[in-house]
Amino acid sequence: MAGTIDDRITLGAQSSDQVPEVALPLLATLHEWVITVDHKKLGLMYIGGGLIFFLVAGLQAATMRLQLAVPDAGIVSPQVFNRLLTLHGTAMVFLVGMPILIGFFNYLVPLMIGARDLAFPRLNAFGFWLWFFGALLLYFSYIGGGGMEGAGSAPAVGWFAYAPMTETPFSRGHSTDYWILSILLASVGSTATAINLIATTFSMRCPGMTLNKMPVLVWLAVVDAGLMLVALPPLAAAQIMLLLDRYLGAHFFDTQAGGSALLWQHFFWIFGHPEVYVLVIPAFAFASEIIPVFSRKVIFGYEVMVAASCAIGFISLGVWAHHMFTVGLTPAGNAFFVTSTMLVGIPTGIKIFNWVGTMWGGSIRLRTPMLFSIAFLFQFLIAGLTGIMLGVAPFDWQLSDTYFVVAHFHYVLIGGILFMIFAAIYYWFPKATGRMLDERLGQWHFWIFLAGFHLTFDTLHFAGLAGMPRRIYTYQPGRGLEFPNLIASIGVIFQAVGMIILVFNIIRSLTSGKVAGKDPWDAWTLEWSTASPPPEYNFEDLPKVHSRRPLWDLKHPEDPDWKYE
Amino acid sequence: MSSTEPLMMDARAGTVAPPPVPDPWVLPLRGRVGMIALIATESAFFTIFVTAYVFYIGKSLTPPYPRDVLSYPLFNTVCLLSSSATIALASRALRAGLTRRFAILWFITLALGVAFLIGTGLEWHRLIYHAGLTIRTNLFGTTYYTLVGLHATHVTVGALAIALVMTLTWAGAVTPEHAERIELLSWYWHFVDAVWIVVFLTVYVIGVR
Amino acid sequence: MVTARRSGYTVTVPVDYRNAIIDDRPLNNPFGTRICCAADLLLLRKLLLSRWSRVAYVVFPVLVAVPAWAEDWGMGAANRQIARGAVFSPASTPASAIATLAWFALAITAAIFVTVGGLLMYSVVRFRTRPGDDQREPPQLYGSNPIEFAWTAIPLLIVFVLVLATIRTIYDVQAAVEPPDAIHVRVIGHQWWWEFQYPDLGIVTANELHVPLSDPAHPTPTWIELESADVAHSFWVPRLGGKTDLIPNRINTMWIDPHQAGVYLGQCAEFCGTEHAMMLIRVIVEPRPIFDQWVAAQRLTAVAQDAVAHGRQVFQANACSSCHTVRGTSAHGTYGPDLTHLMSRLTVGSGVATNTPEHLKIWVRDPARMKPGVLMPAMNLSANDLDDVVAWMVTLK
Repeated sequence: MAGTIDDRITLGAQSSDQVPEVALPLLATLHEWVITVDHKKLGLMYIGGGLIFFLVAGLQAATMRLQLAVPDAGIVSPQVFNRLLTLHGTAMVFLVGMPILIGFFNYLVPLMIGARDLAFPRLNAFGFWLWFFGALLLYFSYIGGGGMEGAGSAPAVGWFAYAPMTETPFSRGHSTDYWILSILLASVGSTATAINLIATTFSMRCPGMTLNKMPVLVWLAVVDAGLMLVALPPLAAAQIMLLLDRYLGAHFFDTQAGGSALLWQHFFWIFGHPEVYVLVIPAFAFASEIIPVFSRKVIFGYEVMVAASCAIGFISLGVWAHHMFTVGLTPAGNAFFVTSTMLVGIPTGIKIFNWVGTMWGGSIRLRTPMLFSIAFLFQFLIAGLTGIMLGVAPFDWQLSDTYFVVAHFHYVLIGGILFMIFAAIYYWFPKATGRMLDERLGQWHFWIFLAGFHLTFDTLHFAGLAGMPRRIYTYQPGRGLEFPNLIASIGVIFQAVGMIILVFNIIRSLTSGKVAGKDPWDAWTLEWSTASPPPEYNFEDLPKVHSRRPLWDLKHPEDPDWKYE
Repeated sequence: MSSTEPLMMDARAGTVAPPPVPDPWVLPLRGRVGMIALIATESAFFTIFVTAYVFYIGKSLTPPYPRDVLSYPLFNTVCLLSSSATIALASRALRAGLTRRFAILWFITLALGVAFLIGTGLEWHRLIYHAGLTIRTNLFGTTYYTLVGLHATHVTVGALAIALVMTLTWAGAVTPEHAERIELLSWYWHFVDAVWIVVFLTVYVIGVR
Repeated sequence: MVTARRSGYTVTVPVDYRNAIIDDRPLNNPFGTRICCAADLLLLRKLLLSRWSRVAYVVFPVLVAVPAWAEDWGMGAANRQIARGAVFSPASTPASAIATLAWFALAITAAIFVTVGGLLMYSVVRFRTRPGDDQREPPQLYGSNPIEFAWTAIPLLIVFVLVLATIRTIYDVQAAVEPPDAIHVRVIGHQWWWEFQYPDLGIVTANELHVPLSDPAHPTPTWIELESADVAHSFWVPRLGGKTDLIPNRINTMWIDPHQAGVYLGQCAEFCGTEHAMMLIRVIVEPRPIFDQWVAAQRLTAVAQDAVAHGRQVFQANACSSCHTVRGTSAHGTYGPDLTHLMSRLTVGSGVATNTPEHLKIWVRDPARMKPGVLMPAMNLSANDLDDVVAWMVTLK
């Protein structure tokens, strides 16, 4: 069945199924993966590594929620809890979000532009292994953080590590140093990949693919990479300053010597806010590919989508102090950041409208990737709106550093980004492995996870409004916090079950999933023109394209896209 | 599918031809794009250190202060700026096939770069042992050594790369075919130079006011 | 820009390819999804009754319920006596201004949610494929300039209005002019307790802030200067105002003018280390005459009573006096809270326990039992000394 179409739509490899390989001994296979510079293998390694850390950091979150389910629980000590929250946050951003999203771009960008690999394959591998060892270093802090004094363990300074709590007097042992060094390593790797992605998109597109004809995902990869280039250095710079403070007696954040604790905050958030856009833009990219295919319509407003994405990237560099509304900036300073924060919401909203516009009048297929995408649209809408509320600075004076903010950013990270990662997994798994993930298990995963996500994070908004700050290892009874916390903790169970179903689905489908063929979803971008999984060289002949949807042109030769673009 | 056009896919298709694909299909060179991206990210990196320097001007609680101990590093600056000129000339020479001229200019570049580093080292020696300024003395010391040191590190990395090419040149392995890569390395060197101008202005001009 | 193509057209690929990924179970519910058929419900029932599920039904409630009998040192009851409510129960002008603006923002965002969410919901329901649909591709709509313009302009207008309202409230709160009869308090944040100094009134206390009731007609607000002795903290009492951070090497200012007498709960809202969670605040708002009485009482030094003289000696002879101040004794330490009028406070350890002799005793013997990680060490006093010193502390009214 999978072979029937190939005579009619032949862009890439002539055979739809991989030539069966001789089973290599395990060691040789491992060796092949360790020395690889192939963007597809590296992409899968990034994603796999990210998913493993997702399970670890997820267990840490589950432990925290268990502790917070009832007041004065006493399940973990405050020291342990504070390490859990630090590592949960740090790992989720740097060891889960970044690698999974970079991994997807790594895998997809060359395939989508008709190239054989990224521009600098060895730099790609270098970036991956830097990330990998940085990741190990962060968790190694549990063992090595004690240093010679035995005073430390894993870092317990929160994922934004505000000074001066990270200075030597308040942060003994090496816990903070592990936080610094692991992230420095990982961010050098991410910067390398960003350079790689930009060079690839500008220099390696197949004939006919002008910038105006790139898939939206590739555009967003460029914007994302550009943001990474500009946003990661401030963090690296601040961390080097902190390292100099801790080891060479420098005074960058040493308030006793006239240093400024606020300087750390500024530098961190100059990184931190664009970083969250770095994390969410890939979700936009996946949505822009998946929603059109499952609505059977071209994306509504391609040019506007691209322009809005660039606008988001650009404006996001100027909103950082909305994380600092409570530090005592001048009214004029606060007013500026209120304005820029509201402004960045506009192109974001435009994108949501365009996705709805894509679905409107379409022929929507409610398969698992689309279910996750629709949930993404709802949830990202809510996340954006709570973000607008937080952008109203006086309201932020109440809500900042409370569970309202925690609920808001988990809505973005889980409700937005993770849901689209799930959608992307279900959508591109067939391409990467040649097999479909089970649709029924996928829907189970979706509905159960959805229920758990909303149980937890809808209620946490109210915990924040009731006066619960974040990063507290417990709370007292009698303050109205028991009920939302208990419900939120119950929601974790559903999310865990959903994750178990996904992992089970992946493992089972790897061996016994339905064979996918080249183009199981009847999609339109170049990656679906080659075999599943693609051969190492991606395409037998490099394609030539005339429009944004090359496969649409081939499937509908009497009504091709290039007539209308 | 480089040769088959969509027209041939289905006999019922219309006869309008797609817009022609430019032939040859020319895109920017990936090395250049990569180097520009690297320069962009390094610029962002240096901007933060310059910002920290400017923020802490005049905020040291104890002496020594900049106007007491700093003197214009004119020799270093002349060395570095002229090394930019020589590297540009060297790159042009290689592209024109003049390998011997290239080798000479390249060597001068390396020498000037190393002179800059030695000059910086001597300056630091004076500041540490005679002026009593270290990274932990006060905010001026902290920001000065960090900013100038970061720049010097980038110069060192560039000098090492130049030295590597020098060695390969002496071994006869560098030919006009490598002109593009030499050009990219020269771009990095020009960037390091531009950063020095910014550092010079920030530390020795603005910071001393 | 091109608008809709009206031609739907047949697909030039074999039908079985198009259905290649559709599995064989029929679409059997209005959403066109593939679950909740009978097979799924049977599977669900099987899972819910399975052995592992039954284990979970027992284990999870136990895991959750056991800590519910944990020790709360009397604070549950103490907290329940305080009126509920936080961000949306303002009792002070800054908090009211914020709440009003918040309702406005909520109204706008709710309207946006209903509109966009409604359109999204509608599009899913109306345009989903149903069994029996033909396989034609729908008309391809590439975009529409007028629509794009409209849904750019309208959000811009909304943002414009919201920004103006926000900036006005920012200036109302932050740029307020201090009236001449304001009370001044200097708050110094420590790891993990609050120091409150009233420089004009000459008193120093800790963890519980007394302020006078402010009459809206003749306001007597309290102006607060915020400083930190170590790391960053944040002063947050939601019913009285937004939070403002305490940052070392920086002085921040805020003000409150409570309209209602009573006790207000707050806590530190910037992660400051191990016991950040238990750096609690109580603000006691009382009518002016009562506040003045409290001030007068706080000004007095500790009275030496012979009955507890030994306890006082224990306090002065041990390390207690190097961290704590008790005016009227030789204890002048400033690392820990001023204890001169310890018994005038409702709680011990910045809100971790009610202020009773039993709790005081536990605190002095081993503070980490109530507040693990606290910087006060266990004093290792003999049982006798412990009893005596607590007996003396109880006289510090």
